[in-house]
Amino acid sequence: MILFLPELTLLVSGLLFFTLSLKTPDRDTLHTTAILSAITVFLTTLFTLGEIGSLFYDAYRITFFSQLFKAMLTGSALMILVTARGFSGIKDKISAEYYMFFFVALLGLVMLVSSVELIAILVALELSSFATYIMVAMRNDSIEGVQHNEASIKYLLYGVMATGLMLFGMSYIFGLTGSTRLDVLAERLPSLMAQPVAIVSFILLLSGIFYKLALFPFQLWVPDVYEGAADETTAFIATLPKLGAVAVLIQIAMLAGIHTSQLATILMPCAIASMFYGNFSALAQKDIKRLLGFSGIAHGGFILLGVLLFDKSGYTNAIYYSAGYVLMNVACFVTICSLAKGGKNLTTDDFIGLHQKNPLLAATFAIGLFALAGIPPFVGFTGKFILLTGALKAGYLIPVILAALNTALALYYYLSVVRLTYCTNENSDSVEKIIISTSQKYFCVFLIGSIILLGVFPGKFLSIIGVAIQSL
Amino acid sequence: MDQLIINTGFPILSWLIFMPLAATLLLIFFKSDSAARWIALSATSITALMALKLVFAFDKTTSKYQFVEMHAWVQSPTIQYVIGVDGISILLLLMTALIMPFCVLASWSYIKNRVRTYMICLLAMETAMIGVFVALDFVLFYILWEAMLIPMYLLIGIWGGPRKIYASIKFFLYTLAGSVLLLVAIIWLYTANSYSFFIPDMAWQNYSLTAQSLLFIAFFLAFAIKVPMFPFHTWLPAAHVEAPTAGSVILASILLKMGTYGFLRFALPITPDATIQYLPYVLWLSIAGIVYGGFTALAQQDMKKLVAYSSVSHMGFVTLGIFALNSEGIEGAILQMINHGVTTGALFLCIGMIYERTHSRELLSATGIGKVMPVFVTFFTIFGLSSFAFPGTNSFVGEFMILAGAFKYDVTIALAAIPGAVLAAAYILRMLQKVIWGGENNPDQSYLADLNFREIITLTPFLIFVFWIGLGPGVFLDYIHTSVNHLLEQMQVYQAAIAVVN
Repeated sequence: MILFLPELTLLVSGLLFFTLSLKTPDRDTLHTTAILSAITVFLTTLFTLGEIGSLFYDAYRITFFSQLFKAMLTGSALMILVTARGFSGIKDKISAEYYMFFFVALLGLVMLVSSVELIAILVALELSSFATYIMVAMRNDSIEGVQHNEASIKYLLYGVMATGLMLFGMSYIFGLTGSTRLDVLAERLPSLMAQPVAIVSFILLLSGIFYKLALFPFQLWVPDVYEGAADETTAFIATLPKLGAVAVLIQIAMLAGIHTSQLATILMPCAIASMFYGNFSALAQKDIKRLLGFSGIAHGGFILLGVLLFDKSGYTNAIYYSAGYVLMNVACFVTICSLAKGGKNLTTDDFIGLHQKNPLLAATFAIGLFALAGIPPFVGFTGKFILLTGALKAGYLIPVILAALNTALALYYYLSVVRLTYCTNENSDSVEKIIISTSQKYFCVFLIGSIILLGVFPGKFLSIIGVAIQSL
Repeated sequence: MDQLIINTGFPILSWLIFMPLAATLLLIFFKSDSAARWIALSATSITALMALKLVFAFDKTTSKYQFVEMHAWVQSPTIQYVIGVDGISILLLLMTALIMPFCVLASWSYIKNRVRTYMICLLAMETAMIGVFVALDFVLFYILWEAMLIPMYLLIGIWGGPRKIYASIKFFLYTLAGSVLLLVAIIWLYTANSYSFFIPDMAWQNYSLTAQSLLFIAFFLAFAIKVPMFPFHTWLPAAHVEAPTAGSVILASILLKMGTYGFLRFALPITPDATIQYLPYVLWLSIAGIVYGGFTALAQQDMKKLVAYSSVSHMGFVTLGIFALNSEGIEGAILQMINHGVTTGALFLCIGMIYERTHSRELLSATGIGKVMPVFVTFFTIFGLSSFAFPGTNSFVGEFMILAGAFKYDVTIALAAIPGAVLAAAYILRMLQKVIWGGENNPDQSYLADLNFREIITLTPFLIFVFWIGLGPGVFLDYIHTSVNHLLEQMQVYQAAIAVVN
């Protein structure tokens, strides 16, 4: 019971919003309820942090690794809820339903990180995916020029295709080993890794994860979905599924055992291509969410670079990086959501003179972008640095050089937005200030503080992740 | 660890680094402009006084790193917080700390909007700059080296001139693009040195020539862009011209020195073979910079641009001295770094003072002000004379030593550098002539007020250093001497060892 407590709390929260959706409660009530539920869920995950055990015929395992991820997931979900301030970009009538799907999607991800059996992984992944598909479509109709239905269908179709490939890979793996349980696979797969069929099935299996992480060649959905979804939904898509995907990616990568050189040879180009594709495309973007979407593809490449070391330090670095990535993204989205009137899409020009409108938001946004660009002393730099260090230790000189060059490439578009935020003034004399609540102010300070502190003192967090990796 | 003298007493270097940073935190809580100015001034002044104290306590007889503080920072990968100074960095450190209060003073009335943010940027710059000169861990060095781009970018981008956007982005992109490969080089050295980022341990290791060449190229790109060496100099005029006065001073006096400091601290000891192999190219690039900078400066109508191009030329002398690889050359180069910091910094301050009055940097709109601003032109002339190495001023000593070193290395190279010295006289005298006397159609300058007390206070210390270094350079060279000799000895020992192996 206690092992499953966070999931149960999530489920109850989802059901609570289901009941609420029978009437049409006002936004404030919903927002408060959601925040309180998220806090409860977060506390229960913290409470179960030390638990170890297994459930459902050993298909579902509670380890420090899974619980740490659950804490990060629910913590991030809480941050998204604070960022979203009541989801103003969502249709009024169905906002209670939106919250329900939000919690169901979160539930899927929380279950995903504990699943240690291929079918369970698939079920959890789909639970979260389908809820997210609907969330994309629930954007407010009244905003002009927004194609959220197209985005949703695109997201769905690509997602279904990726799932299909993943299932196909699973069938191969089952055929090869006669099992779907990860611990059994970890024993039987390594000896088969020399065979092409094992490699192929492995890569097919990874395609579902690549899709969630928006890695090349499963990145095509990103720009349209990011643009079409409401700002708050995009904030969700940009952060939480990636955390969940990293957890599964690491668990699957561990199956390969020691025969990993062929896999690395095939997948390393994906990592590098993600970086170049993401950064080059982002250079040309005007819509801020498209820009962040493309930048997210590039960051996915960095995360993959860590995982492809196929050792504990690489996994540790990848998790550190993705946790930092969530913080940096939330820092950007908290500004975007506060700035977007009525949940419209923002172009980069909307950030002109932001420092006059609200200095704190401007600082949060700029620090988020500088961190994404990988400038020290922020967490983005530390993450990139340890990833590159690990990769070079493993002997990947050329990928490391290419990744480093990407940092310079990416800087341009981040800097262009920072420039508009800080170095330009709005033409009109009367600047409309943006008012944010006290809690949001504290939230901004918290984000700035954690981006800096996690960047300057990564040691403690890295050792916690190291312990989590050991527990697998 | 035998290269270190651990500091057991007062952690003075950490205080130097964190004093300005603490002041930035303090500034967050003060909203008023004048409070921001006074806090910045006191923080930078206290830092300067502490730096002076450090210089007096410095032991000139040893080449080891002094006042070393060492603390574990990150376990895996092993990053340490190690800082220390030696003869190569001590004067640069002193110069940085001394110039900052005057940058605050120079911005006192020049900066009118967003004063608090401005002072935060200045103080953050100071923390990063002092840190770069004392860092003995390569990651610590790199973090500070990169982190200073943000405040400098904001200084140019927010308070800069009309083309500030172009200039600031170009500055940031150029510098960052140059240093991404430095990061790869750092990580490579880490894996090659039994997983340590400790800089002194990386030096004089027998890396293969291929590795050294690649490392040297990575170092060269990062440092040559920062210096800037011809043909990587194009960001400099833009950034100098658009930056506010204090920004230009920091850029010219301190930031450019980081490139040459990097060559001395990293390129020479870590990649000695590659240095010797690529030395002729670097020397000729220096010559190209000297001559090109001189000719371009001769053609400028914008005074800031003129001084900016003169910097390209002067920094060419510095790299020339470093890569002559003898004690005259390197000592002259280090001294010339200080000289350039003093002289060019002062020239930018002077131009800033004209700009505050006429709101133009055009040479033609500043003609003939000698009549109405006698005190100002006196200062301006002396700094001008110093800029083209007039005997008796500081640059004369530096340039003379560099040329002596170059002659020792190769007569052709030295002869090729001479036109640069002549050109310097030409472009500076042209500017002085126009500013002091002008021609028949001078604009009406009678409304101009001469320097006020604050401005005289700002310029006087620079004047003192111009003559002090010019007439008594021994005091300063004593600080440099031991470390430079040690560097060259190590170089010879290394080459002898290599010769035995072969």
